[in-house]
This record gives sequence, C-alpha cells and structure tokens, in this order.
Amino acid sequence: MIKYIVKRFFLMILTIFIIATLTFFLMNAIPGSPFNEEKTSNAVVQENLEKHFNLDKPLPVQYVLYLKSIVTFDFGPSIKQPTETVNSLLGRGFPISAELGIWTILVALISGITLGVVAALRHNKLIDYTAMTIAVLGISIPNFVLATLVIQVIAVDLKLLPAATWNSPQHMILPIIALATGPMAIIARLTRSSMLETLTQDYIKTARAKGLSPFKIVVKHALRNALMPVVTILGTLLAGILTGTFVIEKIFAIPGMGKYFVQGINQRDYPVIMGTTVFYSTFLVLMLFLVDIMYGVLDPRIKLHKKGGE
Amino acid sequence: MLTETKETKDQHTPSTSSEIPDEWFKPKEKDAEGAETVVRPSLSYWQDAWRRLRGNTLAMAGLVFLILLGLMAIFGPIFSPYTVSQGNLPEQNLPPSADHWFGTDNLGRDVFTRTWYGARISLFVGLMAAIIDFFIGVTYGGIAGYKGGRTDNVMMRIIEILYGLPYLLVVILLLVVLGPSLFTIIVALTVTGWVGMARIVRGQVLQIKQNEFVLASQSFGTKTSRIIRKNLLPNTMGPIIVQMTLTVPTAIFAEAFLSFLGLGIQSPFASWGVMANDALGVILSGDWWRLFFPAFFISATMFAFNVLGDGLQDALDPKLRR
Amino acid sequence: MEKILDIKDLHVSFTTYGGEVQAVRGVNLDLHKGETLAIVGESGCGKSVTANSIMKLIPSPPGKITQGSIHFKDQDLTKMSNKDIRKIRGVDISMIFQDPMTALNPTLTVGDQLTEGLKQHKKISSHDANEQAIEMLNLVGIPNPKERMKQHPHQFSGGMRQRIVIAMALICEPELLIADEPTTALDVTIQAQILQLFNKIQEQTGVSIILITHDLGVVAKIADRIAVMYAGKVIEVGTRREIFYNPQHPYTQGLLNSVPRLDQRGDELIPINGTPPDLFSPPKGCPFTARCPKAMEVCENVYPVHTKLSETQEVDCWLQDERAKKYIAT
Repeated sequence: MIKYIVKRFFLMILTIFIIATLTFFLMNAIPGSPFNEEKTSNAVVQENLEKHFNLDKPLPVQYVLYLKSIVTFDFGPSIKQPTETVNSLLGRGFPISAELGIWTILVALISGITLGVVAALRHNKLIDYTAMTIAVLGISIPNFVLATLVIQVIAVDLKLLPAATWNSPQHMILPIIALATGPMAIIARLTRSSMLETLTQDYIKTARAKGLSPFKIVVKHALRNALMPVVTILGTLLAGILTGTFVIEKIFAIPGMGKYFVQGINQRDYPVIMGTTVFYSTFLVLMLFLVDIMYGVLDPRIKLHKKGGE
Repeated sequence: MLTETKETKDQHTPSTSSEIPDEWFKPKEKDAEGAETVVRPSLSYWQDAWRRLRGNTLAMAGLVFLILLGLMAIFGPIFSPYTVSQGNLPEQNLPPSADHWFGTDNLGRDVFTRTWYGARISLFVGLMAAIIDFFIGVTYGGIAGYKGGRTDNVMMRIIEILYGLPYLLVVILLLVVLGPSLFTIIVALTVTGWVGMARIVRGQVLQIKQNEFVLASQSFGTKTSRIIRKNLLPNTMGPIIVQMTLTVPTAIFAEAFLSFLGLGIQSPFASWGVMANDALGVILSGDWWRLFFPAFFISATMFAFNVLGDGLQDALDPKLRR
Repeated sequence: MEKILDIKDLHVSFTTYGGEVQAVRGVNLDLHKGETLAIVGESGCGKSVTANSIMKLIPSPPGKITQGSIHFKDQDLTKMSNKDIRKIRGVDISMIFQDPMTALNPTLTVGDQLTEGLKQHKKISSHDANEQAIEMLNLVGIPNPKERMKQHPHQFSGGMRQRIVIAMALICEPELLIADEPTTALDVTIQAQILQLFNKIQEQTGVSIILITHDLGVVAKIADRIAVMYAGKVIEVGTRREIFYNPQHPYTQGLLNSVPRLDQRGDELIPINGTPPDLFSPPKGCPFTARCPKAMEVCENVYPVHTKLSETQEVDCWLQDERAKKYIAT
C-alpha cells in the first residue's frame, strides 16, 4: 500500500511537471505572447511581467525560475488588469467555484447513486426504463443547454428562483442543477450496471441464503462493492465538473475562478491562462491521487494485490 | 403469467400405459446422427448482432435520426435560398415563418440554413475525432497489447500520464496557442483523445492474444502485422465500434463547449455551439428560436449517438447484456 | 426415520428472450433426518435449480415455481411469503455455493460475515456472536480463528474459504444443509478434506445434507442416497449401493461408465454421446431417448411410467415394462 501511494505520488508530481512545462513552452511559442517581447501598452504591467518571468534572462533560466515560481505558488501578474495578480484572482474566485463544485458533486453523487440503485433493483421494470432514459438524456444534454433551459423555465417564466449571480442559497440552486445533471446521469448509469453485476455475485446469494433482509443485502453487501467503479471515475467526473464551471459561471454570471479563466482566454491574458491552467491541473491531479488512495482504502484486496504484484 | 401446459399429444399417443402397442417396445434402430440434432439455425456474429440491434427500438430511432441528420447536413443547405454567412439586417430576429422555417438571428441570417451548416461542422468534427482516435488508438493499443513485456510497460506509463492530464484543459491550452479553426479543433481534440481507445484495444488484445488460434498463427511464423490485422482486429471490433460511437458525442460536446469559450469555429461560419453561444442573450429578449434549434440539435444528436452506442454495446457483446 | 423435506411435483420455469425454459419438470424427492442425499446430473439438468427452489433462491423474474410443493417439516415453503422464508433461511436451512472464491464478500471481514446471520436471527450480543463464530471456525479446522476473524476473504486459500463458507452455513445450527457443488472449484486434495469435514459435521450435529454434484467420486464418498436428474426430471433414485451396483436407467449406467473407477481395472471409459435436449421445447417422451443405447419407439412418444424397484430404488424407464423385457429376452 505504501509503495503504491509513493508510486502514485511520483506520477502525480510528474504529471504536474509536464503540464507546467507544456504550458510554458506553448506560451513561448505564441507570437504576441508576453514572452516574445511585445511591449504592452501599460508600463506597470510590462515591468511586472519582466520581473515575474525574468524576460531579460535566457530561456532555460526563465524556465527554471518559472518552475520555481510554481512551486512557491506564485503565478505572476495579469497583463490586462494591472492591479491584479493571478493569485489575487484565484484567491477571490476559488472559494466560490469550490462551493459550486462541492455542492455539485454531492448532489450528483447522492441523486445518481439513488437513481442507479433503484433502477437496478427494479431491473427491466418501468422505473428502470424511466430512470435510464432520464440518464441518457442527462448525458446528452450539454450543461450550457440545460443551464439556459432552467433559467428560461424556472427563473424567467415561472419566476421561482433568481437567474444569475451568487448571493444566497436560492441563487445556487439553478447552477447546481445545470452542472450536476450530467455527472448524475453518468453515476446513475454506472451504479446501475455495476449494481446489476454485483447482485448476481455469489456472495449476494450467500447473503440471501443467510436470511438477511433485502435492505441489509443491498446496503451492506451490494452497495459497497457496486460503488467501486463509481469511485474510479470520480476523478474524471471532477474534471468534467471543473471545466463545466467555466460555462456555468459564465452563463449565471458567477464570479468564480472559471469566469476569470474564460475572461483570460477571451482577452488573451496569457499569465492568467497559464496560472489558472497550472492551478486547475494541479488541483485535478491531486484529486485523482486522493481518489486512488480512497479506492485502496475501500477495497481491501488492493493492498495485497499491489504488494504482491508489479 | 400463464404457463403453457405442454399437453400437445398426438392423436396416436396413448394416454395410459396399457394402451401402448406392443411393437413400440422393440429396440430402435439407431440412426447415426440422432444424438446430435441441432435445433436452432446458427447465425454469424454480425448477423446476430444486427438482429439484436434491430430489436432495440431506441437505438434504431437514434440510427434513423442520425441518417436523416447526415442527409440534411449534406443536402439541407442546397435547398435553402439563403447562405450561411450572409445577413439581411432588416430581417433580424424574425420568428419562424414560411420564409424562415427556423427564424433568423440578430444579423438576419437564416437559422434553418445555419443549423444544417452547423450539423456539417459538428458531425465532421465528431466523425474526424472518432476516426483519428481509432487509427492512433488501435495502432498504439494494438502494439502495446501485442508486444507485451517491457514495450507494453513503457507505453502504458505514457498513457497513464496522458490520462492524468485534464482533457478539456489541454484542448483549451492548445487552441489558445494554435488559434481556433476547424483543423486545430480536431487536432486539439485528438491529441489526448485517443488514449481511451488505446486502453480498450490493448485490453482486448491482451485477452485474445492468449487464445489458441493466435498461438497457432504464431507457430506458423506469421508476421506480427499480419496477425494483428487478420486475427486480433476482427475479434476486437465490437468494443472498438462502441467506443467510436461514444467518441462522436464527446467531440460534438467539446466543440460546442469550446465555442462557448470563444475558442470554437469562428464567425461567420456556423457551428451549433457558436449559434447557441451567440444566442445566449435571447433568454432576456424572448427570441427563443435562436437558441432552441442549435441546442435541440446538439442534444438530440448526442442522445442519438449515446443510445446507438448503448444499443451497439448490447448487440455486440451479448455477455454484457443487461 | 423422520422425513424433514418432501418435494412433490416441482416445476420451475425461466422466462428468457428465446421463450420459456422448463428447467425443472416435475421433481419428486424426499429427505430424512441425518441423511445425505446427492443429486447428480450433467450441467443444466436442473439440479441446482431444484436446490435453489427449496429456499426460493431462484432469481425471480425470470425464474418461477409454476407447480408443486416443497414441505419442510410441516410447512410448504413454496407458499411462504418472502418475509417468512427469510426466517427459515440460514436458521433451519442453509446453503453453500460452488465457488468459495466468490461466495464471500471481498470487502467485509470474515468475522463480520460469519456473525451477521447469528445477529440477524438470534437475539445475541456481539461478544457472544464472536465467541460462537470462533468456535465454529475451530470446528471446521481454521487455525488461529481469533486472528483470522479480522481478516478479509482474499487472505485465505480456496480450501480455507470453503471451510469458512461451511462454518457460516452451520453457525445457526440448521437442520438441513444444501451444498451446491461444494468441491468442484477446489483442488483434488482439498476436495477430500472438505468431504471429510462434511462427514465429521454430520456426525457431530446430525444435520441433513443435500449435495448437488456432477462428480460421482464425491457422491461415492458421502451420499446415503442418490437421485439422478436428467433434463429437469429425477429419472432414478436409490441408495448409494443400489445406484452404484444396480443402476437401472441407461443414463445412470452411462454416467457410471463414463467415470474412471479403481475397482474395475481395465474397463474402458464409455462416454455418453450427444447432448441433453433443449428445454425450450422438451420432448414429450423420455428426454434421454436420443442418446439412449436401448431406446424403443415408446420412449420417443410417452414418458416412462414410474417404477418402484425396492423400498428405496425408483426409476422412470420403459425398460422396466414387462413388454420391453419380453423383447429383450427374445
């Protein structure tokens, strides 16, 4: 287990390193990027840039110093907003995006697992077909379409909830629905198929033969095993939710990190793009790492397997 | 449920033991093949899969929808008197009518025409992504799985790292650098997109490699490339086809998503994502048709591909049938 | 001796895409206290379905008991509600499945799985349940039971796991133990140990056992009586001695001839040609006709009359008919 964690940890560091490197050299390749000595209109910005990215030094030195700045979590200035740094944008945006993200994943997990389990237990019944049709729809309808749909129907037509911004719990409901439906559908489908498979396992038969109640069989014996595949895709789902926040925050005018990222892209604010990309990637890779460890904790077989294997 | 009683005896069949004629108790002449009568006709794998797919109403509906969509993408714009990019300012934001079936947008462009142009772009992006993923993934996964050992180990490490990279972030980064165009979008989508395919192919190859018929070919000294082509690929086609079917909606979604970030196909060309993004303001103005049609077609196309992919999965892999 | 189980005219069907499969078509069986009954037959003959039906463990849908009764002591199990049958499962009747590698839940500790049946059915403290589980592990021959309780199934070998499964089945002291191919997935040496364990347990607890198997070697070691099933029917039943030394049904004879036997050296193994009939549309006559070396015209058309040969041996075969004997004699 320790060996497994250490191996995963180094893989994580390597991935972050690759992304950081990729970002650096890609940005250097763009004509018109700050690295190519284009004088920006604002002298303060220019000075900040040169200071942070050490533009007066040769490229390899720049690269090393850049890596150093990433390790110290200093992502440099914004070139379009002289008073801002990437760090200050992240500091403001991240808590809001994180709030949106955490609620989304919770809603997606709880509703997705419930839907999947119910569908599996009522296999080939009406409720199963209904749940799975909803799930395919959920996967098929892009979150930005769903976002506009819920705004139109719930906020504009029915006037039940506010349509935009992020001021109160009511403001959070629509963006969370728009963002959580896709992952919920994926979780529901996966839970259902994995639950169906688990329910045919011999140990479920054994549990039934012991005279356990259906509730206990499902919760104690089936669910935990059936949820293993869900744990493995959590990382991917998180990535989807994270990128989903870009459009959702744009549509709902939520002042989160995604909004600054999209703004950065639209204004070609390269340090912001670089900094946020590296930050996002680090965050995601870290999440993947945690999910992996969680998987190892949940499945007792993995310890032995990894120790004996390789 | 009523259970059918199997009391379908012939008229000749005696109902009690004593009515049975004596000569029925003579030992029977054995016919050589009597013991081995096969009742049901055997179908080939593909025939069987097709039969199962046809039985899946939802998947067939998806297939029909996609065929119609493909036809409209090719021929739709031809029948329209309007062009994709030419606006007509006096006719801006018109609701659907006999002249403009899907209405017009804020520049007076015909939404009907633009929708089919959008279909061209979306389908093209989706199909190209799937095809390129297929070639890279099959080659990479095939070699890794077939060679095994150290080659496989190194190749899988690379995949592991690529898999750890957040897909859409890499795509965004590449497009920021390359500048958005149809070509660069496809490139960006496939740079890391093939990883899933490669994993599937490798897994399949590893499994099938152990089978006797492959060992037999090897023992005849058949060349590696030929074994991959002739033996392994036909047997891995099922999961590959499913994966391709599911890649298309992912790519269509990604293109639309990129349009939202201003990194999609650039105006005046239309893609569904661009049209939807341009139309975001309509929620307040009430020109619903500008958003409705592109949004509807993105969703319906993704739905069609997803149900078709599910159907194919069921049809091609009976073992996993649920 | 007291009869504890009595199956009468049991029919079980499965609804599938291809139609209705009649997996069990009128099975009659009984079992006495302290007895071991083996149900033998090829895969797909309905032996497992019969066993699973006893505790209503056939997956439903698609499976369904369409006819017949199963009396356990004085209750008809087929008529019991799901809730009531749960009070029987694990307490009065226990079941062991084929593959010990998959019969235990990989994510729960062995101790947890051992005691949960106890906790479910008997009012018992965790401490007492643990004590009892340790005792049980001792009985089935697991060394260091106290430490082993905290381990997960993957930390045990196949034979050890099957011992745990047996301990689990016996922990509530059932009167009937149904073992579905309990040794098939094990190595030969382990098989012998497990069979010995069955014998030992029966001596100590007096439990009645139904053993489902296709392995006549297993049957020879521990069965008191043997029922031979073919195509959803019991075609011959008798004591071990009767079935092994005086088999009457050509299928039983074929089964015995296709197994190597140490006591008949030099004899050639004779396989039974062909495959069992399709149970989507079972033949109206004897299902074995197509493969039977002694088939007669009657066999194809009418199902054989049930013939009682002794107090214990019964067979469904037209060869027992006087008219058939006449022809064979000539």
